[in-house]
Amino acid sequence: MIEKKIYQGSSDYVVTEELMNAVNVAIALEKPLLIKGEPGTGKTMLAESIAKALNLELLVWSIKSTTKAQEGLYTYDTVQRLYDSQFGEGNVEDIKQYIKLGKLGEAFVSEKQPVLLIDEIDKADLEFPNDLLWELDKMEFYIPETKETIKASVRPIVIITSNAEKELPDAFLRRCIFHYIEFPDPDKMEEIVRVHFGDVDQSLLEQAMEAFYHIRKMKDLQKLPSTSELLDWLQALMLAGIDVKKIGKEIPYVGVLLKKNQDIEVMYEVKEKGYSLRNW
Amino acid sequence: MFLSFFYFLRSSGIDVSMDEWLTLMAALKKGLAHSSFVGFYQLCRSILVKSEADFDRFDQSFYAYFKDVRTPEDLPEEFWSWLEENIDPLEREDGYFENLLRKDLPELLETFRKRLEEQKEKHDGGSYWIGTGGTSTQGHSGYHLAGIRAGGKSRYRSALQVAGERNFKDFREDQTMDIRQFQVAFRKLRQYSSRVDVRLTELDIDGTIKETSNQAGLLHLVYEKPRKNTVKILLLIDSDGSMMPYSKLCNRLFQSVSQANHFKDLKVFYFHNCIYEHLYRTPLCKRNDWVDTDWVFSNLGEDYKVVLVGDATMARSELFMKGGNCILGMYNEELGIEWLKKIKRRYKNSIWLNPISEKDWPRVYGSETIEEIGKVFPMFELTIEGLDKGIKKLLTK
Repeated sequence: MIEKKIYQGSSDYVVTEELMNAVNVAIALEKPLLIKGEPGTGKTMLAESIAKALNLELLVWSIKSTTKAQEGLYTYDTVQRLYDSQFGEGNVEDIKQYIKLGKLGEAFVSEKQPVLLIDEIDKADLEFPNDLLWELDKMEFYIPETKETIKASVRPIVIITSNAEKELPDAFLRRCIFHYIEFPDPDKMEEIVRVHFGDVDQSLLEQAMEAFYHIRKMKDLQKLPSTSELLDWLQALMLAGIDVKKIGKEIPYVGVLLKKNQDIEVMYEVKEKGYSLRNW
Repeated sequence: MFLSFFYFLRSSGIDVSMDEWLTLMAALKKGLAHSSFVGFYQLCRSILVKSEADFDRFDQSFYAYFKDVRTPEDLPEEFWSWLEENIDPLEREDGYFENLLRKDLPELLETFRKRLEEQKEKHDGGSYWIGTGGTSTQGHSGYHLAGIRAGGKSRYRSALQVAGERNFKDFREDQTMDIRQFQVAFRKLRQYSSRVDVRLTELDIDGTIKETSNQAGLLHLVYEKPRKNTVKILLLIDSDGSMMPYSKLCNRLFQSVSQANHFKDLKVFYFHNCIYEHLYRTPLCKRNDWVDTDWVFSNLGEDYKVVLVGDATMARSELFMKGGNCILGMYNEELGIEWLKKIKRRYKNSIWLNPISEKDWPRVYGSETIEEIGKVFPMFELTIEGLDKGIKKLLTK
């Protein structure tokens, strides 16, 4: 029997028990783990943490709007081969040298079990996940050009993240283990901050967190500040040595928290009036 | 009993497939529920539910189905103190629990009750009495998969309690939505409208052959622009006073539509309650800041998809009387309802989105005009589900 891998979080990443269980279920069942959640809740960091905790190699396949499923498997550089044949360079007979494995392909041929992160799968075309069903199920694919089958000797641990910009197809979802990362509550958030800035001043942290959660409650904002923005903000506050009392009142460096001018205006307006505009 | 849970979930609108169910069974076999009810709940959720929008529905179903498993709160005090002490996890081999799984719930509960009566002393470990760390079907922090857990702290929080809290209520799809959700919905309008790949460049084969020949066989690649989405949208928004309570919602809809850059064209006009010979350029509906409705008809082709947003509640006269236009000093020769029918005739693919929730349509003030307008335009409520249905309607030929 293969040695069991149990993920228990890593020193630089705060993980809830639910998430930990989901990761372990996915590992045990050898199914991809689909992670959804607000931006900035550490979806991508999770894969890094798993790789680190289990001491495995991490392969990252970042998806863009133009990414094709095929690119993850392999690309066949026909153009190079054509050019080579014209100029008589290289061994054109050997198709293999024009085949380049993608991230998925790399993960399959890896001798040690890797962690494969398919980041922001929702960025790609709507059909994209469907094109990977077989490959993720069987962990193998066939290269017709070289008549080769690339098959994983150890099934990689696959982590897939999504920002829910697009709905993912049903057939794909059915093959995944699903976890939704909730926005951390203040207690959890404090834990997260402590992991990053162990030495943060308690009163500064309290003030900043209060202001942060207060801002997050303003429903008129278009883009709510997330964990990563809070961390940046704390760093800015610490570096500048801002007077703790000022934090709640003035929200210094608000640009770090809110990225849209409109949001900053809304924030000041709400602060001034003391109530949210949402309620009529 | 577990299979009935499967059907129960399906009947409550969670679309669990056989595959997922078998996966769950395999997971249970491997002991991934860690023999705790919370573990079981989490396992079920992560395998069976694939959208946070369904979490609430799942929580409710889980709660409804397992509510009788709730640990009796009237346990004698001593029981609790026995149970609080001596928690020592036992490791179990794979597959151990599958046999235990089959016990029926009522039977379990009955045993629990009986055992409670029988038991007169503290008990830890072992496989019969209610105690800690044991493998009996009854007890605290126990390792029996289908067992009854009598309380505990932090991670032993009852699964039903978790499910009962309904933490994911806000994610339900039939809730009204935010901009992002609107956008997601509107993206679907692309999915069906054009099968175009989102590739930046496409190889122009004819061009390549021609160019290569021109260069005496020296390979020269020619790329051409990919095809574009062809959906054109005409958005008509009611900005009457009665729409004020929904202005936030409509504003979000407007923002998400205008931010969506995948439409070939987007035109937005406003109206007051009902449409007559003018459409306004701004939500303020100022006189003279308008275009003729006929101008729209002649300038925007029939391939535009029309989305009307309004509460459709008005006085009957506004639809069925000459001069029914509610704006002072505006007299309409043609009936409001005729104008609406004209729009429908001109633009076959048109829908009406109503911010009033569908179940209230027959009841609210203006239910009559809602019904009349509903006869002209397919009407949907302004929620994700409604918009989804509406978009499907827009895409039918």
